[in-house]
Amino acid sequence: MTATATPATDSAPVRQDAKSPASKGSKGRRSVPYLLTVGMLAGLVLVCLVSAGIGAYKIPLGDVIGSAQHRIGLGGAALDRVGESVLWNVRFPRIVLALIVGASLGCAGALMQGVFGNPLAEPAVIGISSGAAVGGVASITFGLSFFGNWTLPVCAFVGGLITVFLVYAMSRSGGRTEVITLILTGVAVTAFGGALIGLFIFFADNAEVTQITFWQLGSLAQATWPKVLAVLPWALVGLAIAPFYSRKLDLLSLGERPARHLGVDVERMRVVLMFVTALLTAAAVAVSGIIGFVGLVVPHLLRMLAGPGHRFLVPGSALGGALVLAGADLTARTVAAPAELPLGVLTALIGSPFFFWLLRRTRRKQGGWA
Amino acid sequence: MIRSLFAVRHRELPEPVEPGTTLASAEALHIKLGARHVLRGVDIEARAGEVVALVGPNGAGKSTLLAALATDLTPDAGTVRICGRDAGAWSAGELALRRAVLPQAAALSFPFLVEEVVRMGRAPWNGTALADNDDEVIAAAMRATEVTEFAGRPFSALSGGERARVALARVLAQQAPLLLLDEPTAALDLRHQELVLRVCRERAAAGDAVVVVLHDLGLAAAYADRVAVLHDGTIAAEGAPAEVFDGALLSRVYRQPVEVLPHPRTGTLLVFPERG
Repeated sequence: MTATATPATDSAPVRQDAKSPASKGSKGRRSVPYLLTVGMLAGLVLVCLVSAGIGAYKIPLGDVIGSAQHRIGLGGAALDRVGESVLWNVRFPRIVLALIVGASLGCAGALMQGVFGNPLAEPAVIGISSGAAVGGVASITFGLSFFGNWTLPVCAFVGGLITVFLVYAMSRSGGRTEVITLILTGVAVTAFGGALIGLFIFFADNAEVTQITFWQLGSLAQATWPKVLAVLPWALVGLAIAPFYSRKLDLLSLGERPARHLGVDVERMRVVLMFVTALLTAAAVAVSGIIGFVGLVVPHLLRMLAGPGHRFLVPGSALGGALVLAGADLTARTVAAPAELPLGVLTALIGSPFFFWLLRRTRRKQGGWA
Repeated sequence: MIRSLFAVRHRELPEPVEPGTTLASAEALHIKLGARHVLRGVDIEARAGEVVALVGPNGAGKSTLLAALATDLTPDAGTVRICGRDAGAWSAGELALRRAVLPQAAALSFPFLVEEVVRMGRAPWNGTALADNDDEVIAAAMRATEVTEFAGRPFSALSGGERARVALARVLAQQAPLLLLDEPTAALDLRHQELVLRVCRERAAAGDAVVVVLHDLGLAAAYADRVAVLHDGTIAAEGAPAEVFDGALLSRVYRQPVEVLPHPRTGTLLVFPERG
């Protein structure tokens, strides 16, 4: 790249000799993402280890680490047959599934909020999870199996994708989405989704009804490695594409036209991100039914702590979502042991009050909805 | 999808241009918004090194013309050319290196800091050699618009006039040779109105083309090289302020008796509504 190809270098504002303004105010904020990342990673490792040890069959922390070392060939020692089986066929798939679902939900929440330019957007709130659930229930009711293990995720993806575009088309006007329109669209879509699910349950036989009910409550209790493999690719593809759009999401917060003036192909970005959100939501919903509020709470907390820049927010929300869901699942299966709370119930119990608070805060800032 | 991820690498950087080169032009431009013909056959040019002011009453089509030059709107008839090429022939990334646009209202969905907002103006240069100057360019743009002291504050905590200046700083930081400003002075106090127009003059002196929508005819007379008076979707008059600002013409266009007289000391034209 030669100097001749660069215009405007000597135009007015530049010519005045310049020192970096890089204000003091933003400096403190810049180190926060690193601290948060390290903190969340440490928390994640801790929760995973604790989660692997605690349960009806207790495994000491040292043994968990030893067994893991043994499997990857770094010394350590295998446990007895029962312990090894509990750890590797019950606990670990469940933990991995919790991480996948949490990361998907957190990341999908951050993307939705960025695309809609609205901190209240979240797959469950605006009805995308509901749409994915309709797809999932349909696949159970009609006993579909055209893609084997992948049938349910595929159906959930199609359901989620249709819903994303529906909600988007219905709730936007003039390049922005008003909170009220978004929430009401979500209410309408969720209601319609509920009706469809009810209809499918009506047509289902008893065994299918039981299967649907368990699935809908939102639980990771049935985790197995094949289930992990059924959703892992979807989540990975979604999580891999999302960070490429971080910078463009920052620009989109200026509005659609200004983002285009800064070189963002807004239409294409929107389509890609809708696709990614549907992928992530489908991955989460396919294994665990509707788990709400993770995608709402996690990005919001991170935004308050580290600022709204999406370069941290998008991967950070995936990490935070994984941490929150792994922690929530640990709580769900230990707090009322030997019984197990449905995970979706637990996250909703904690998430709903937060949603209330967020609504009131937004309302105060805007001085009403009308 | 893959192509969109890596598209950044294949942008054509703008070449430096001689003063007087046409950077943006519209020919026989017709634009319909809904059922209304907002522009009905407009011809206009913006050349490197000059400030063009678009004036006219509300609803005359000023902002629509600016949006068309910004390639936000597709013409129903006629053509818009940017840097010698049809507007549709550029990619979004290439256009962003050639024209910067200041919208009428500055909105922001999330509480970014002022410095982060100005930094967004550098996004088009990401991945080019010029991205190395980002910090200096941002500092200079913030100084030029007097927003340096707000750098560490959230954008949402600023007043309307302060936001408008931050938005302008972002546009300046983009360093595009064509600047399209929609009412940059609307929310500003007297001092900052003058400041903004002086910045426009400086950019023109440095070889950029500046197109600015103004309501204050006095400002247009004092700072613009050329003025285009829009009336009902057509250009009623175009030329140097001294030729165009004529009491009879302005009175007809604005449907309000207007007086134009030279300043007793400087000779710059002053425009007043006739009162009582």
